Amino acid sequence: MPNLAFDIAHLLAGGLVLISFMMLYQDRLYALLNIFALHALVLALSVAWQAYVQNAPHLYVTAVIALVFKAIIIPVALHRIIKQLGIHRDIETAVGIGPTMLAGMGLVALSMVLMLRVTGAADPLAREDLAFALSVVLLGLLVMVTRRNAVSQVVGFMSLENGLVLAATGAKGMPLVVEISVAFSILIAFIVIGVFLFRIRERFDTVDIGALDEFRGERR
Amino acid sequence: MTAASDAVAWVLLIPICAAAVLAALPGYRLTAALNVVASLGTFLAALSLFIIARPQPGQYLLVDDLNIVFIVLNTFVGFTTSVFSASYIAHEIETGRLTPGYLRFYHAMYQVMMFGMNLAFVSNNIGLMWVAVEIATLTTVLMVGIYRTHAALEAAWKYFILGSVGIALALFGTILVYMAARPVVGEGQDAMVWTVLIGRAATFDPALLNVAFIFLLFGYGTKVGLAPLHAWLPDAHAEGPTPISAVLSGLLLNVALYAVLRFKILLAANPEAISPGPLMVTMGLTSLLFAAFMLYRRRDIKRLFAYSSIEHMGIIVFAFGMGGPLANFAGLLHMVMHSLTKSGIFYAVGHIAQVKGTQQIANIRGLTETHPALGWGLAVGVVAIAGLPPLGIFMSEFLIVSSTFARQPLLAVLLVFGLLLAFGALMLRLTNVAFGEPRGSTAPADASYMPMFAHFALVLTAGIYLPGPLVVWFQHVANVLG
Repeated sequence: MPNLAFDIAHLLAGGLVLISFMMLYQDRLYALLNIFALHALVLALSVAWQAYVQNAPHLYVTAVIALVFKAIIIPVALHRIIKQLGIHRDIETAVGIGPTMLAGMGLVALSMVLMLRVTGAADPLAREDLAFALSVVLLGLLVMVTRRNAVSQVVGFMSLENGLVLAATGAKGMPLVVEISVAFSILIAFIVIGVFLFRIRERFDTVDIGALDEFRGERR
Repeated sequence: MTAASDAVAWVLLIPICAAAVLAALPGYRLTAALNVVASLGTFLAALSLFIIARPQPGQYLLVDDLNIVFIVLNTFVGFTTSVFSASYIAHEIETGRLTPGYLRFYHAMYQVMMFGMNLAFVSNNIGLMWVAVEIATLTTVLMVGIYRTHAALEAAWKYFILGSVGIALALFGTILVYMAARPVVGEGQDAMVWTVLIGRAATFDPALLNVAFIFLLFGYGTKVGLAPLHAWLPDAHAEGPTPISAVLSGLLLNVALYAVLRFKILLAANPEAISPGPLMVTMGLTSLLFAAFMLYRRRDIKRLFAYSSIEHMGIIVFAFGMGGPLANFAGLLHMVMHSLTKSGIFYAVGHIAQVKGTQQIANIRGLTETHPALGWGLAVGVVAIAGLPPLGIFMSEFLIVSSTFARQPLLAVLLVFGLLLAFGALMLRLTNVAFGEPRGSTAPADASYMPMFAHFALVLTAGIYLPGPLVVWFQHVANVLG
């Protein structure tokens, strides 16, 4: 049975990396949000599986937060914000899809090499989990730097954070995981409320971060 | 509960209770006064930590020789800033830039921020420390955007995104530290408790610790404002209310620096791990040189001093990276002097920008004629921050340069080059702003000069004479830092 436990954890964590890749080539905001909801769903499954395998019931709380908050509430809220504020639904990329995918592969390779090398002493489950988690974190960063829209940057950040939750749950017996996932949820809620309250669309006429540079004091 | 753990509890409880009260109370005179009282109370509680016996380090809280310096400095500047803030916001209310509703929010956030920073300092748990830094970041983001102008929102957004990425990287590093500690310390709470970690760090897996430190350095380094991760800092300083610029430069950067130092000590305790020194020296020197060049092209006075903060954080990180008793001593001293001087400068700049109605350097001229107290105050501050004798920063910079010359002459040359470059830029701007034909409004300033001159007096005193017990204390802390 231990092999089955390992395989399922492996499958779910690998699935997260794959879904992170799917985010890289989306060119519509709605599609990106759907993919993100899927990302959060797989994360919830993965965390729940870890809770079961490690026999750590408090991790179920984290799984439920991931499921309810990140897979349902946030994507729905962002859908509505996009509709209400009339944000452009195309994603403007700073770098083309092709180079982005290549860079993504490079980052995944990097994190595998790095993490598998330095965690030689840890147990295999934690090792693989950490390597996958770092890949998800780096791919999230890549989404953030290659996208110009504020909303897609938020999605990139949230997928990055999913990677962190994966790492935290993979580290067996880590305290404060639930607290940290709650703290992150608050942070994300702030970001989403921020997008809405600041009415980025109305203030700036665009959510293109590049256009915001015009308002810098230096160019007056 | 002993008296000591009471004092620690007060340092945390006063701000958080004050925040709740301030959020509910109307009327800006009352809330501003209450803000000052709460900050003073926190400062006194922090000061009492010097006198009474330390509490035993627990699962969550810790007071030791290192963090007590940070706490006292933090609460002191928090207190003087609240005094400055009271007169600053009175003007903002008059001109209508802030409404009473926002002001309530502002005061509550100010105290929550103080709570977050104090918690980060006293936490004995690396997870808790991370949460505390996040609280402090979030509240400052909200305050940077409080004017809700285009520029302020952009600055807040940029700070938010970059700060979040930094904080995410720091969390990954924290998880890695836990992974390194787990095989040795065992699962659960203990593997995140600082005092346990440091005692057994020598047996941790060095490879994992190395990677963890890289993540922590870049993560918390973003918040220290180290180049190339500094992009949020000038915008956040320039667009938020000036009291927030003062606490950002004077305090929040120190919080992140403190986190980096904690993990540096951890890494140094493991003989097989990489030495954190070269990394920190490189980042510090890069920040210093980069910021020194950038100083020349600034047209906005708050941005100018924001870049100067990057420069000085670079110097401090450089000093701690060099390590050794003398460089650490100088780094600590420089940190304290920079906090006092830079927040003092921002007090002056805040009133100047209000009187003149602009932050553009080109529109501010001849301050010493129209507003002697502000003009000469700013002049003293800039002379201090540029590192001229007899003020405190001269002494700490001199110590850093001389200790570097003794060990790495080549690095010292670069360091001196950066310092001179920054000195030139600051002097150039100072002569424009303080002297010459007056320009802009000459209306009298309704300012509180006390906080500014109190800071500069302390910096001057430190430059001329450092009391013996203080020197001994700093030397002891410098040895702790390794």
